[in-house]
Amino acid sequence: MGLRKILDNMEHHFQEGGRYQSWYPLYEALDTMLYSPGSVTRSSAHVRDGIDLKRIMISVWLCAFPAMFYGMYNLGFQANDVLAATGGEVGGWRGSLIATFGGYDASSLWDCFWFGALYFVPIYFVTFVVGGFWEVLFAMKRGHEVNEGFFVTSILFALICPPDLPLWQVALGISFGVVIGKEVFGGTGKNFLNPALTGRAFLYFAYPAQISGDAVWVAVDGYTSATPLSVVAAEGMTAVQSQWTWMEAFLGAMPGSIGETSTLAILIGGAALLLMRIASWRIVAGVFLGMVALSTLFNMVGSDTNLAFAMPWYWHLVTGGFAFGMMFMATDPVSAAMTNTGKWAYGILIGLMAVLIRVMNPAFPEGMMLAILFANIFAPLMDHFVVQANIKRRLARVQ
Amino acid sequence: MEHYLSLFIRAVFIENMALAFFLGMCTFLAISKKVQAAIGLGIAVVVVLTITVPVNNLIYNYLLADGALAWAGMPDVDLSFLGLLSYIGVIAAIVQIMEMFLDKFVPALYNALGVFLPLITVNCAILGASLFMVERDYSFGESVVFGAGAGVGWALAIVALAGIRERLKYSDVPHGLQGLGITFITVGLMSLGFMSFGGIDI
Repeated sequence: MGLRKILDNMEHHFQEGGRYQSWYPLYEALDTMLYSPGSVTRSSAHVRDGIDLKRIMISVWLCAFPAMFYGMYNLGFQANDVLAATGGEVGGWRGSLIATFGGYDASSLWDCFWFGALYFVPIYFVTFVVGGFWEVLFAMKRGHEVNEGFFVTSILFALICPPDLPLWQVALGISFGVVIGKEVFGGTGKNFLNPALTGRAFLYFAYPAQISGDAVWVAVDGYTSATPLSVVAAEGMTAVQSQWTWMEAFLGAMPGSIGETSTLAILIGGAALLLMRIASWRIVAGVFLGMVALSTLFNMVGSDTNLAFAMPWYWHLVTGGFAFGMMFMATDPVSAAMTNTGKWAYGILIGLMAVLIRVMNPAFPEGMMLAILFANIFAPLMDHFVVQANIKRRLARVQ
Repeated sequence: MEHYLSLFIRAVFIENMALAFFLGMCTFLAISKKVQAAIGLGIAVVVVLTITVPVNNLIYNYLLADGALAWAGMPDVDLSFLGLLSYIGVIAAIVQIMEMFLDKFVPALYNALGVFLPLITVNCAILGASLFMVERDYSFGESVVFGAGAGVGWALAIVALAGIRERLKYSDVPHGLQGLGITFITVGLMSLGFMSFGGIDI
């Protein structure tokens, strides 16, 4: 075990009084990433279990992979499809890398994947480096550990960016999410909003031109392509169905944020999370039921002026960020409600709000991000009332 | 009816007094440590707003507005410059009455609210609602609905903030941000969540 030895030999430098004392969190992060730490909880009450924060976070990270790989492919596919029609090419360093290793053939799996990787990897890289910088800085200054929660925040943040987002905005968004959304409250587990969504919402309101509208969803300059949700709002359901079949939308062959398009890939990752009980099935079921209930209600009420009223629930499910939000964002154990009843209420509130914003709010065609943030605000309150009700019930039993 | 309903919803969510206009911040930040106290204060604000806005509406329409004194035979008198003064007076009087009422009948809440009950008098949300009422030319019925809606919205916001702050007790906030600092950041993030209603037009 050469690596173990190297780490052990280095350790005394990072211990208290050592030369690189202030860098201890970084050493500790590297060590625990490579080897399971031998230390265990010492206080009297604790649960003996194989799962810990590290394993949970890495599982979520891995479960986001299907959506990520499909997202990269789809990013390239959408762009190549357009480029084939217009005959254009991509310039700059991306252009030369595409010319060397790939091409512009929309039917080739590799070409699309390579094209997508050239857009996604820089976004992910910037997210990781900038976000990691803040994480390590706070860990060093405040003496807490760098933990794997950041892997999750960074991949989720990168997956909900539009393909063309300028990299400096990526850096700004993840900085806001990590610092204001999480670290000022003391780091992982102490925040009350989902950090990845906080960062994205910040960008959404600060730089709407680069993160909303019709021009940003395909990685080709000057090409506009509406997402299904904005088509619904503008032209109604029939216009959507003429462009995409439900199956296409389910599989994900449509423009959108990088990781959100394929409901199938998201459900694969989400099913794994549910099976491992990392994501709460109560929240997922609540979100789904809330969405089905309100969209069905809107279908029955109907409207002559608002075209989105006619959107059925199975279209709500496959368009926009609904599936991604339901599986990965709403189930974030830190910012969600913690009690079982609270989880139902929290999930249902998200489902209702997402449809409400999509249908009723002309300013935002997509509502999942804001719906989750809104529910995050009320999650502690739901827990409070559940706990109070529980206390009351048990008090009555005593008397 | 539908008009009143949409006015109510707009006052509660879209034009939330605390999170869209940032009115009533002093009490909003000070009494939001405990959910129980926040609920009490929220109810007090709802009651005060539901009474003061319509009362001020009557005062404005029948005494102060340009030509409002026509019923007394003085159609040329414009007393609207007395607006601020009379609204505050009405608010102070009603808060005083409510304080006596609570002291007598709900002493627990009276003690919990302490000095902040009289401070409702200077809660900007309450004066703000009266001023919005004048600016937007609400009728009497509309002013009742608007007052109640503004109060409910403010109460909802403060109760949610109290829930979050009760949870933040377990957080590890940097030294310099403890107390009000982190609360300001929290309120800012909350209003980010409330942006979901921004732009709804009903």
